Amino acid sequence: MNFTLKIWRQKNAVAKGEMVTYAVSEISPDSSFFEMLDALNQQLITSGGDPVAFDHDCREGICGTCSLYINGRPHGPLKGVTTCQLHMRSFKDGDTIHIEPWRAKAFPIIRDLIVDRSALDKIIQAGGYVSVHTGGVPDANTIPVPHEKAESAMDAAACIGCGACVAACSNAAAMLFVGAKVSHLALLPQGKVEAAKRVQKMVACMDELGFGNCSNTYACEAECPKGISVVNIARMNRQFLAANLLSEREKVVNISL
Amino acid sequence: MTRLNARIPEGSVANKWTNYKSACKLVNPNNKRKLDIIVVGTGLAGASAAASLGELGYKVKVFCYQDTPRRAHSIAAQGGINAAKNYPNDGDSVYRLFYDTIKGGDYRAREANVYRLAEVSNQIIDLCVAQGVPFAREYGGLLANRSFGGAQVSRTFYARGQTGQQLLLGAYSALSRQIALGNVTMFNRRDVLDTVLVDGKARGIITRNLVTGEIERHAAHAVVLASGGYGNVFFLSTNAMGSNVTPIWSAYKKGAMFANPSFTQIHPTCIPVHGDAQSKLTLMSESLRNDGRIWVPAKKSDVEKLRNQTIKPSDIPEADRDYYLERRYPAFGNLVPRDVASRAAKERCDAGFGVGRTGMAVFLDFADAIKRKGHDTIDKLYGNLFQMYEQIVADNPYETPMMIYPAVHYTMGGLWVDYDLMTTVPGLFALGECNFSDHGANRLGASALMQGLADGYFILPYTIGNYLAAEIHTPRFNPDATEFNFAAQAVTARLKQMKGSSGKESVDTFHRRLGKIMWEYCGMARNNDGLTNALSMIAELRHDYAKGVCIPGGLDEYNPELEKACRVADFIELGELMVRDAQQRKESCGGHFREEFQTNEGEALRNDDDFAFVAAWEYQGAETAAALYREALQFDEIKLSQRCYK
Repeated sequence: MNFTLKIWRQKNAVAKGEMVTYAVSEISPDSSFFEMLDALNQQLITSGGDPVAFDHDCREGICGTCSLYINGRPHGPLKGVTTCQLHMRSFKDGDTIHIEPWRAKAFPIIRDLIVDRSALDKIIQAGGYVSVHTGGVPDANTIPVPHEKAESAMDAAACIGCGACVAACSNAAAMLFVGAKVSHLALLPQGKVEAAKRVQKMVACMDELGFGNCSNTYACEAECPKGISVVNIARMNRQFLAANLLSEREKVVNISL
Repeated sequence: MTRLNARIPEGSVANKWTNYKSACKLVNPNNKRKLDIIVVGTGLAGASAAASLGELGYKVKVFCYQDTPRRAHSIAAQGGINAAKNYPNDGDSVYRLFYDTIKGGDYRAREANVYRLAEVSNQIIDLCVAQGVPFAREYGGLLANRSFGGAQVSRTFYARGQTGQQLLLGAYSALSRQIALGNVTMFNRRDVLDTVLVDGKARGIITRNLVTGEIERHAAHAVVLASGGYGNVFFLSTNAMGSNVTPIWSAYKKGAMFANPSFTQIHPTCIPVHGDAQSKLTLMSESLRNDGRIWVPAKKSDVEKLRNQTIKPSDIPEADRDYYLERRYPAFGNLVPRDVASRAAKERCDAGFGVGRTGMAVFLDFADAIKRKGHDTIDKLYGNLFQMYEQIVADNPYETPMMIYPAVHYTMGGLWVDYDLMTTVPGLFALGECNFSDHGANRLGASALMQGLADGYFILPYTIGNYLAAEIHTPRFNPDATEFNFAAQAVTARLKQMKGSSGKESVDTFHRRLGKIMWEYCGMARNNDGLTNALSMIAELRHDYAKGVCIPGGLDEYNPELEKACRVADFIELGELMVRDAQQRKESCGGHFREEFQTNEGEALRNDDDFAFVAAWEYQGAETAAALYREALQFDEIKLSQRCYK
């Protein structure tokens, strides 16, 4: 198969970027999207050019490293797959393919197609955990967890932290990412204890880092490679509201005392 | 021999860890604050160690090459994690898990370490549940288990087909909490290029900031390596593209011995190679062997017809199928250990019964299981794996059997460590896949996750204290000391030299060449002539690489080709050591199969009289062959016997 590629090239965070056109030929339809880009880079290296930098690692759809915006969609045209699981058979011979980095204020560009997503780590550091220490915990079967709850928690926990939801959102909101973590932990008895504080801290951190707000377009759910549902955003909003009401009530109680 | 002292505690195997914990030295909380620890890698072993050490009060610095610690390749582990909980009441115990692991490793692991691993396995499950890891549960709300290769009990805990992901996110959340508390400092996008020794003790590392290209120095009282396996020496493997040997290879060159480098696990159920452009291989979880049946056609005429696509697999009647694992190993059937299953697949394909375009594949068939359990149940158990398969191969496994073939998956070899998980360099520890310690010559499924977390959560936090107790008077190190200057200059010089090569070929070209040599001569089957051949081919490759590699871009910028170039240079050197190791071990054991040493039935033939030892290699300089030291393996608890899964 032959393709024309239009790729965003940008030397570093401060340089000005531009779309550059390349041609690749004799690509197997069984090649993955990255194997196609590998072929382009081979071509560039042997001809004295500058290979295209892109993030990738496990190449099996689970690490969340890959991040390409392909023909206007995060992770490309297929639903429910990451860029690394996209194969060239999903394109037509002779297609022109546009490849850009994630675009979001909170994800500055490092080089070419690589962006800095450490903002997502900061949100987790703000409260995306259960505060337990190694050791000194009860036997794993002490607290039964209803099967359905465990399954819903797992649905939310399947998030790979790639940031496609942010890239897909017209407001560059991280609501799906945060909602998924808040839900995962709030659905389990182990995470319930800190649920109110957690949601407040994580939402505050998300706002601080320059992510936008949610306007319910559901683009995040549509583009999430792991099919994380917007139900998680609703759950987070409910949790957030409840937590705020609770802290208001505590204030009133404190004042009246 | 005196150099290798495993320092195994006194007492019966069941009491050793308890005795150790009672007697080991402790560091008081005030002193912990004054002690720095470097952790390299944020997979299960690294993240769990860093989080636990941070909780204890040490000052920890953690390094990973990924853009965030949550992406380490532990995340890709699918099937599950073993523990001796015996929740299903099917006869499991700590002793049985210990026994199965020793036997599965073909009696080439250290009893004391493996017993301790089995002993702490239950605590791991407790902790992970408390962290909020959403393990699969029964309808009554209690934890579910499934069975895995090499065991006759169900002791594997799982979170769909994403167990590694969920366990890693658990460790990552614990790590994130410590980062927020200021006990741990995280350094993302860093390659660790050297280990720094001061007065013979490990005191720091040299890193390259992958974004800016800056060469950085970091000092500490102890260095913990948890940088994972080196399966990418084969170019094609199930490892992540960035997985590499460099941190432990640099430690090897600074005096840490490398044990059993040739012990490689070839996983039986991977998606077959599609063509020359292939960049990596994808694993299909071993858990699939619970319900899938492995077969090839019994008649060559059917093989031919399948290839010409004149028949479909389902057209072949039951009587004309060879369920070769069930035929050869009736007791374990499709659940034999990985090395046995891989070799059996190779045997059938080499004999001309392989299927698929290349003839290098066998069927993994779910038709029976779908009939027995129903489409929905199979979907619940393996849905995401079936989806993944369909995405890669464009074939629906509910309708046509999957095609699978063995691929490089895990490396049992690694830095030699003693009972404390300390290497032969004082103050340098190795955890998880990058040490050699627990899996012998073959690792059982669902044991890698167990080992990574055991080392990080429950073993190192005790054993590192035993070392650091003597370091409380050592002031914080200055990373501007001579030793650090020297190491940083050496790293810079090496990068400049590599970059200065006026070659024309890409790093990947050489890496593929290395991979082909390793797979052909040091893969699933090895023999003396092939290994000798491999040695000269690798020497030639090394020479060509130095002259012919082309690295575009600069040293002081984001430069993925430069990163790869360093890693491949180390892989080439490692390849040579693996071949030497495979050559000296004149026996077959586990994943190490020497064609000259097999039984009449084609099974691995061990030689316990001469080879019941750990081969530990010591670096002797670039131009001299490494020196071999032997740690004799003593089996007090378990009687050595030929592994039998019939």
